[in-house]
Amino acid sequence: MIEFQLDTASGVATYLQLVQQVRQALQLGILEPGDQLPTAQQVVAKLAINPNTVLKAYRDLEREGLVRPRPGQGTFVVGTLPRSDPAAQERFLTSMNAWLRRARAAGLGPDDIEAIYRTAVRDSFAEGVA
Amino acid sequence: MTALIETNGLGKRYGHKWALRDCTLSIPEGKVVGLVGPNGAGKTTLLHLAVGLLGPTCGSITVLGGRPGDGPAQLGKVGFVAQDTPTYAGLSIAKHLRMGGYLNQKWDQELAQGRIDQLRLDPRQKAGSLSGGQRAQLALTIAIAKRPEILLLDEPVASLDPLARREFLGGLMEIVAKHEVSVVLSSHLIADLERVCDYIIVLVSSQVQVAGELSELLADHHRLTGPRRDPRSLPADQAVIEESHTDKQSTFLVRTRQPVLDPAWSVKPVTLDDLVLAYMAAQERSSEPVPRPALGVV
Repeated sequence: MIEFQLDTASGVATYLQLVQQVRQALQLGILEPGDQLPTAQQVVAKLAINPNTVLKAYRDLEREGLVRPRPGQGTFVVGTLPRSDPAAQERFLTSMNAWLRRARAAGLGPDDIEAIYRTAVRDSFAEGVA
Repeated sequence: MTALIETNGLGKRYGHKWALRDCTLSIPEGKVVGLVGPNGAGKTTLLHLAVGLLGPTCGSITVLGGRPGDGPAQLGKVGFVAQDTPTYAGLSIAKHLRMGGYLNQKWDQELAQGRIDQLRLDPRQKAGSLSGGQRAQLALTIAIAKRPEILLLDEPVASLDPLARREFLGGLMEIVAKHEVSVVLSSHLIADLERVCDYIIVLVSSQVQVAGELSELLADHHRLTGPRRDPRSLPADQAVIEESHTDKQSTFLVRTRQPVLDPAWSVKPVTLDDLVLAYMAAQERSSEPVPRPALGVV
């Protein structure tokens, strides 16, 4: 069983935070197929949020094929997400740091860099979809 | 489907002062409704009209299709917790529950006892010696154990510390998930309402300023920032709620269903906080020189 946390300052919609926390737990191997998610009642009692927010998050996860409700029992994990390889993460962090040093040497500030990063991520993932 | 609460031109006047006027609402069932506004805006008046503690001066109100206070069946559908969550200081928790059993047709003793156990309260303890948070929980327990279809709560958490507030609202949301009861609660703690509500009514100076699904309200309002501009030059579908100008720059909070396409604007989403403050400020400007209602700070 996992426990949800809420970051109210993040500006991320509450249901999306719940979705992200389940996805992350799957990626880290904390959640595996067969595991149960907390019931809506448990989540709302702990976080003091609207029950529909939890249901919306669970519906999203169900649409992705990651969880499935069992009537009268609760919501269970049925899918998996590929675990990200720690060595690959390390490698990309190193090349990212090198890229950042070059960008700063070229006179770019944090705002410029963030704008470039956002544009690149958007373009790259848009390609992947098309 | 019956509306949870339906009002038409509803008004309540004391002497020649209107506590609530021109109130027309249609709130769908199954919602957690937040009633937000400064002190003296008419929140308590609207709740008392919905319970039947007050009768309207003009207009009409129905709750779950019935007239408020109209006989035992209607009273049984409505659970109400008044401001400051009143209880009988000299009576024990157990006696509160027994009294609830005598006074209500559909009293659910098992539910009441279960909640008291869950809260780890001693049934022999007198209500007068409970903490504010525990007293609020006792009042909520009695209101839900009568198994109403709608719970009306007037500022239930205003006097509670942050932890007690979180526990109370958590308990309330657990009740909503378990018993499928609709809720209307008033508060000026906007951050709390944003978490627990899916429908919001903003009440300022005795009038409803805006009401609707929280997600739709947030999606329909935007903050625009750009070069200084006359509000009359904005597209007709953009209703200006709030505006401020410097010699070079203009900032507007607008309501529109259409996308904002003008590239001159930087468009930012608004929070419920922004939205409520904008409507409050707008109402105060339009009703000057009427004295400003004091905004309660907790």
